[in-house]
Amino acid sequence: MKKALKKWWPLFVLPTALSFVFGFIIPFCQGVYLSLCEFKVISNTTFVGLRNYVDALADEQFTHAFWLTTGFAITVTVLVNVIALAIALALTRNHLRGSNVFRTVFFMPNLIGGIVLGYIWQILINCVLSNVGEQLLALNTTAGYWGLVILTLWQQAGYMMIIYIAGLQSIPTDYLEAAKVDGANAWQTFWKVKIPNLMPTITICLFLTITNGFKLFDQNLALTGGDPNHESELLALNIYNTFYSRTGAKWMGIGQAKAVIFCILVVAIALIQLKITKSKEVQQ
Amino acid sequence: MMGREKKTNRILTVIFTILSLAWVYPMFMICLNSFKQESAISTDSVFQFVNSDSFTGFANYISALTKQGFASAFGYSLVITVSSVALILICCSMCAWYVVRVGNRFCKALYYLFVFSMVVPFQMLMFTLSSMADSMGLNTPFNICFVYLGFGAGLAVFMFSGFVKAIPLEIEEAAMIDGCNPVQTFFHVVLPIMKPTYISVGILETMWVWNDYLLPYLVLDSTKYKTIPILIQYFRGGYGHVELGPMMACIMMVIIPVIVVYLICQKYIISGVVSGAVKG
Repeated sequence: MKKALKKWWPLFVLPTALSFVFGFIIPFCQGVYLSLCEFKVISNTTFVGLRNYVDALADEQFTHAFWLTTGFAITVTVLVNVIALAIALALTRNHLRGSNVFRTVFFMPNLIGGIVLGYIWQILINCVLSNVGEQLLALNTTAGYWGLVILTLWQQAGYMMIIYIAGLQSIPTDYLEAAKVDGANAWQTFWKVKIPNLMPTITICLFLTITNGFKLFDQNLALTGGDPNHESELLALNIYNTFYSRTGAKWMGIGQAKAVIFCILVVAIALIQLKITKSKEVQQ
Repeated sequence: MMGREKKTNRILTVIFTILSLAWVYPMFMICLNSFKQESAISTDSVFQFVNSDSFTGFANYISALTKQGFASAFGYSLVITVSSVALILICCSMCAWYVVRVGNRFCKALYYLFVFSMVVPFQMLMFTLSSMADSMGLNTPFNICFVYLGFGAGLAVFMFSGFVKAIPLEIEEAAMIDGCNPVQTFFHVVLPIMKPTYISVGILETMWVWNDYLLPYLVLDSTKYKTIPILIQYFRGGYGHVELGPMMACIMMVIIPVIVVYLICQKYIISGVVSGAVKG
């Protein structure tokens, strides 16, 4: 069968592979190269070596965005997963009325795009702030940061809840019954039976929330746009702004260098996650 | 023992009812205010119910449809989403089947590149990809789907391959022996078996493309073609007065179809998300 199939590659593989080469591989390689250049358009570049990287790391806005994003990603990862798991545990209880309705509601924000979510919350948060006499989002760094945390929580808790529910439901009921027969209480069942069996699910959810936290862009752009003065600007938005709203020939190259650093960071997180998952699989 | 459990359940139902109401409140608030007059929308009155003074009926909706170009944005979003998702589904499933079944060195290399591309953030490619799309003329809503195919192939091929590996080879071999060529085998045997995967991948890709802001914004000529996220961003992006009323009407018109679709195909969407996460 292999042989018969092999000669059909122009039909089966070519369309995807060609789009992939033009839509990913070439732009990616060009991107790596451009991070070493000064340029305004792709056709006209001057090689400058690692200068862009040095400038990128010396850019205070970038380092600020880096630490802000790291803090943000950790905060969101912890909060989203704790809340999602708590909701999932409660909603998988036997005979809980309305459990399906609650699932539907909690998941709903995920279907709405980041830009729309951002504006919904911008209106809401600004109204709350003005009613309690605080400064609006455009001038209020703390509110901007926590607003973004609440928004992300509101959006992603439902998504992770769905995954946790699927994980909880895949635990064989024998285990839970055996624990009950042995006299374990709810707390012991949770720590000794449910959590160990949920480990693969937990790794997936941690990974998803942490990469989503690092990559967050639309919500950031719509909610605060980085105001005031780039203080609520996360990494992805910082890169975007370096590219498109800073004047001066050198910023394009620096933006691309920042993007490469950002990419390495995200890939590193993914590799760590992969390794942890693999080692867990061996144990089981 | 049973009594206590019942009591806990009742308390939980109450708690979750309150939480659910809080969860939908932001959307409810937008809905409420989209029926108010522009002058009645201020930071203080946002939380008030609509009364006879502030009620304008569907004026904001009509303004959004006629003046703000909502209808064309919705059309463009629809064209882009449908064409991209259809293209991704058909091309990537064929590619995944070939990659898994042939499995030579070239296929393996391609597969790992696909997996790698899933992790790379869009910011890495945004400048080079948009100039590439521009120079190839892929900058209208009618052919941007090829850009989506290139950038979205990773996840789709990965999910499809995961499923192809689970299909017993004997079924396909039987089809071949019965005289099917690979194309017939794929469309008559493999495709029907993979139907649930098509639904899952289709849902994940639809959620992505429909809500995507940055790629169409950078690739399309956004003075000519605005998708829904770009349109919403334009309300705020421009300097000067923001027309909150029509903006909220737009938001409502974006949300409502999505929620309707969600309530109808909820089962598929949720299982799509779960299988996407487990494979991812």
